[in-house]
Amino acid sequence: MYGRKGFKLVSELDVYSDILPFNEALIKEVLQEMQSLYDANVANSNAIRNDNNMALLPSVQLRHIALKRNKRCILAYIYNRMRKLKELRWELGSILPPEINTNLINAEVQWFQSYNKSLAKYMRSLGEDHGFNLTTNMVPPKTLYVEVKCVEDFGKLELDDGQVILLKKNTYHLLPRSVCEPLIRQGILEHKRISRVNINSV
Amino acid sequence: MEDNGDVTMTAEDDGQEEEEVTAQSVLLAIEEAWLNEKFAPEILPHRSDLVDCMLQQITHMEENMKRLDKEDLRLMIHRMELDRIKYVITNYLRARLEKIEKYTIHILSQEATRSSEECYLTVAELQFAKEFLANIEMLFKTIALQHMPGNFQTFEVDTLTVKPNLQAYVFLRANDRINGIIVPGSMDEEIDLEPGSQHIIQYSAVADLVKSGAVKLI
Repeated sequence: MYGRKGFKLVSELDVYSDILPFNEALIKEVLQEMQSLYDANVANSNAIRNDNNMALLPSVQLRHIALKRNKRCILAYIYNRMRKLKELRWELGSILPPEINTNLINAEVQWFQSYNKSLAKYMRSLGEDHGFNLTTNMVPPKTLYVEVKCVEDFGKLELDDGQVILLKKNTYHLLPRSVCEPLIRQGILEHKRISRVNINSV
Repeated sequence: MEDNGDVTMTAEDDGQEEEEVTAQSVLLAIEEAWLNEKFAPEILPHRSDLVDCMLQQITHMEENMKRLDKEDLRLMIHRMELDRIKYVITNYLRARLEKIEKYTIHILSQEATRSSEECYLTVAELQFAKEFLANIEMLFKTIALQHMPGNFQTFEVDTLTVKPNLQAYVFLRANDRINGIIVPGSMDEEIDLEPGSQHIIQYSAVADLVKSGAVKLI
């Protein structure tokens, strides 16, 4: 049946929320189906034109619809992968972890880099001199400081006021929320609980 | 305080003396712009005047805070306030970017019909939108379109356009008195809004009032 492979391609998006390896083989099969549909249509429309054989018209129309559907499925597949990639840019920053990078094809990596560039250019244009970073302050601030647990060795971290702290695995810290936010998203720190700020301890 | 905010906005619109502009009034105005942007289905005219002003304020406040003693209680309160302001601004700008990314083609085609004074996007946003569209087209072409047969290779702008749902319902509060809003989907039924009253209505009926500041979305 026409369009079944295209449907399979799209339903792959639903199975996992992560980015799976790009299914080049299936895309190729859909493209092949499109090519054969197209060839059949060209042959039939010639027959219609030359011999005035109107009986072929419905099959041409059906194939045309199948072609459009296949195109739509392929583009939807690409578009939705791109949307997930875009979300990752906001979550993890401009460098993708290797386990995601290996699932991308060249054109997608290129797209990601171009998106990075556009976004960086836009953020630099804000404010007067050094730009304004939109990827921080993602959640409404409730407290200034949060209690976090370090889950991975990170090394030294310099705070806004110049103080340097050492982030070692399995250590607990009370840190400014704005500093922690990107590190929590990257999985280096773990949010313990929202702590009531104790002024004496700061 | 509300009045103060209104005065500021009209003063800016008319390009007159901006005596009333205080950090407080700009903050109120940007909060309103933020909520409007957050709840409106379509992108609204940009308020880069407010954003630029507020970003200046932030830099200014950060410099002032450096002079305070670290143990000073005021420092904590200022910093908290600053974080809140930053959240409002980043969320406002992010909401706009999200709309630009979602409705790219629609927004660009609408923008092309507007003169440079009535543009909804800032120069940087327009640039971003154009690049975003070019990048998608590039992605589609390299992976799929160029391998498709004959006329299926085209990047069909019409079929790929996503439009915002202007029939979505919004909550609003009236700032001014407004007479004779025609309720969509009814037989010429008209309603009047009292200042301060709250309503739920289709966005398309009040889109112009949101843009002019006569009502605010909540």
